[in-house]
Amino acid sequence: MSVLAPLRNTWRGLTSMRTALILLFLLALAALPGALLPQYDLNPETVARYKTEHPVIAPVLDRLGFFDVFSSVWFAAIYLLLFVSLVGCLVPRTADHLRGLRAEPVATPRNLARLPHHARATTATAPGEGVTAARARLRGWRIATRVEASGAHTVSAEKGYLREAGNLVFHFALLLLLVAFAVGKLFGYEGQVIVLANGGQFCNSGLFAYDSFKPGSAVDGTELDPFCLRVDGFTAEYEQNRQARSFSADVAYQQGAALDTGEWTGTTLRVNHPVRLDGERVYLLGHGYAPRFTVTFPDGQQRTDAIQWRTVDQSTLLSEGATKFDPPGVTDPAQRRTRQLAVTGLFAPTAFFDGALLTSIFPEPRDPAVAVDVLRGDLGNDSGRGQSIFSVDRSMVDSGRLTRVARENLRPGEDLTLDDGTTVRFDGVEQWIAIQVSHDPAQEWVLVAAVLVLAGLGLSLSVKRRRFWVRAAPGADPAADGRTVVEVGGLARTDQAGYGEEFTRLAAEVLRTVEAVAADEAPAHPPPASVAAGDGGGTPEGRDSE
Amino acid sequence: MNVDATLAGYSDWCFAGAVVVYVLALLLHGAQFAVGRQGGTRRRELVPAGAVEGSARPRVTVVPDGPHANVHPLPGPIEPSTGRTGRWGRMAVALTVLGALVHLASLVLRGLAVERVPWGNMYEFGSAICLAAVVSWLVMVRRHDVARLGVFVLLPIVLLMFVSGTLLYTQAAALTPPLRSYWIVIHVGTIFIASGMLLVAGMASVGYLLRTAHATNPARFAGIAARLPEEGVLDRLAYRVTVAAFPVFTFAIITGAVWAETAWGRYWGWDPKETVALVCWVIYACYLHARATAGWRRGAAWVNVLGFAGVIFNLFFVNLVVTGLHSYAGVG
Ligand code: HEM
Repeated sequence: MSVLAPLRNTWRGLTSMRTALILLFLLALAALPGALLPQYDLNPETVARYKTEHPVIAPVLDRLGFFDVFSSVWFAAIYLLLFVSLVGCLVPRTADHLRGLRAEPVATPRNLARLPHHARATTATAPGEGVTAARARLRGWRIATRVEASGAHTVSAEKGYLREAGNLVFHFALLLLLVAFAVGKLFGYEGQVIVLANGGQFCNSGLFAYDSFKPGSAVDGTELDPFCLRVDGFTAEYEQNRQARSFSADVAYQQGAALDTGEWTGTTLRVNHPVRLDGERVYLLGHGYAPRFTVTFPDGQQRTDAIQWRTVDQSTLLSEGATKFDPPGVTDPAQRRTRQLAVTGLFAPTAFFDGALLTSIFPEPRDPAVAVDVLRGDLGNDSGRGQSIFSVDRSMVDSGRLTRVARENLRPGEDLTLDDGTTVRFDGVEQWIAIQVSHDPAQEWVLVAAVLVLAGLGLSLSVKRRRFWVRAAPGADPAADGRTVVEVGGLARTDQAGYGEEFTRLAAEVLRTVEAVAADEAPAHPPPASVAAGDGGGTPEGRDSE
Repeated sequence: MNVDATLAGYSDWCFAGAVVVYVLALLLHGAQFAVGRQGGTRRRELVPAGAVEGSARPRVTVVPDGPHANVHPLPGPIEPSTGRTGRWGRMAVALTVLGALVHLASLVLRGLAVERVPWGNMYEFGSAICLAAVVSWLVMVRRHDVARLGVFVLLPIVLLMFVSGTLLYTQAAALTPPLRSYWIVIHVGTIFIASGMLLVAGMASVGYLLRTAHATNPARFAGIAARLPEEGVLDRLAYRVTVAAFPVFTFAIITGAVWAETAWGRYWGWDPKETVALVCWVIYACYLHARATAGWRRGAAWVNVLGFAGVIFNLFFVNLVVTGLHSYAGVG
């Protein structure tokens, strides 16, 4: 007993077809919760909601990785085992295939009549000549001719090696696909950021430039390919029923040498039409509005700002947000914290007032208006706590450190005046777009692998591996009048169906060719060849597929 | 973009008409089934192989011979069978052809009414799947004597048509910007063709399972199974259609990934529809492997049925219950 025996047995077990089948099944099964349960990766909020709705089961699921299926250990274990099993199965099969390519087609079976496809004829042609003629007919087949002890000449022909080749290509391409996928996951990244469409700029200078950033495992966000993007304008068109017709942003970018020369290249960014830079792709994800406010302080100083408000209704683009101002010229932090301002509320691109209640009835900025509260006091942004850019810190309001000093509905150009003489003017509205920058160094390889998967699959499912034999035996048969007996036989090594027709045609052609040799030699009218063929297109069970 | 309401109206009428014709065909198949005799008709085929045009060569007549001569991989085309049941079956098939034409008209009119491909929402997509299934079915019926499976194939088609035309019905309308891409022609077009073919394959496997269950225990499905085509025929029908559909399905998934790269910024992101598509793909890969494993025919048939269940699950559950990037269904 060798120490290696258990190892070898494990290996054999792992590389068997049965194991591959089980692993495939497990893969399908394991992927399912990824589609049925909320996933952190896709939508962390739905995970959070699920957790509050299922307080008992959710922590268990969470521990087991069910909310993060595709990065879980068990999912990785299954596909890695499948990978190993695939390699273990492919290496010997490739060797076999290469050997098979060099080997001669197998010898002609003793009894061709036992094959699923069979035909027989007698002819005046001598066996050797008959076989030469038959051979010439079988162009495109791999052929071996032999002479048997009985004096019979045979042809063994085989075709359809591409089936196995295609099959191997398919499986290897799957491996390549998996590797390329993994490389992309390691070295790729995705980042999202909002840019104002009024000449606003974004530079890919590091992960801090993004609003959210999803790095690959081997990316730390410090060495991103530098490029800059400027958004010069944005247009959205809608149908009358508020359904969007098209979105398009005018952008310009700089990359490589252009970053030093300061030269911009203009292009348009649209849905389904990303801007493809060298190494990165930029996508248009969404858009929204950024109302612009100008605050004039009692001392006459002005501050203007427009930051993105977030969309609360996708069909009308009613938006909410908070635009925040620091009083100018106040250096004492304590002082400043009593006089900070926030303009917060709703923005409607096409306003409709239900009483004083603002709603929007169309997503285009046809008749914009805001319904705002102005809050004054301590915004809480010195507190060290993270703040949403879309709202004020509620705790500041609750503790009374931030109080409402005005509430009004404004149209562009209208303003409101606070008790201390400060005025807040609603100037108008800017648009913003949300873009995504994606980087995946291996995605071309994934495409190459996918095309190979498809090509290999096509070959291995459409090509038939088939064999064809001819035996021309000298006429020892008295019943045959001393004539040569020509027999042909055929066998498909894969799905038999369909070989029948080809065989019948080929058999008839070959037999006619053989007969024609004699006809050419002896111009006298030979008696017609009598031919018998078995063509059931038969399918002995278990042999009709590989 | 304007929707041509007149054409859209005609399209809806054609859709309803197609459903009615399919139901009639289903009833005829049912009648054929109810009074049909048991067992399949087999036929020996005489192939005059030497009948090559203008040939001065000696005629070579190939006649059946040998032990396998009567084993057909699939039975040949429908025989000019006589008797009521054969006639009903033929009428059912003829009606199905008519239904398919009206159905095609419905999709073409919808496409003309909205000036785009007519598979942009769940109603249209469901309808397109059914048409693909009917056409694949008719191709198989033309080639092989499998018409007796008609009830099994038409029943799910009629159901799916009905559900599409009622619950999922969507007014003719333009597409949202993400769907305005030629990839919708390629990706969704191949998906519905593959899904339709897989429906036929799945139902052949259902028939196969009934028949084999009946064979092991004659008491089971006695009324149904004996009237179906033979086991081997059903098994090969399922295999043939799946083998043809699988590369199409693979192609559709790959083009989906290519589109996702252009539309969503990544070629694969485990979106629910993507994930379930992969699961279905893996199940069909299992089917091909299982069928290649000796002694696994029944297991393989189960896998094939499971695969089609997955496709249907992806269509309904993932569109209507789970939310993901693929939520273009246009319902709810
Ligand atoms: C890796 C990427 C993708 C995969 C694997 C994929 C897979 C699928 C599958 C399996 C279906 C049919 C499911 C069913 O029966 O309903 C489907 C349908 C569809 N796909 Fe994709 N897809 C991908 C990307 C995309 C993209 C990027 C778009 C468009 C932006 C898209 C648009 C559609 C539409 C419109 C349908 C059809 C109908 C519907 O369900 O209402 N797919 N996809």
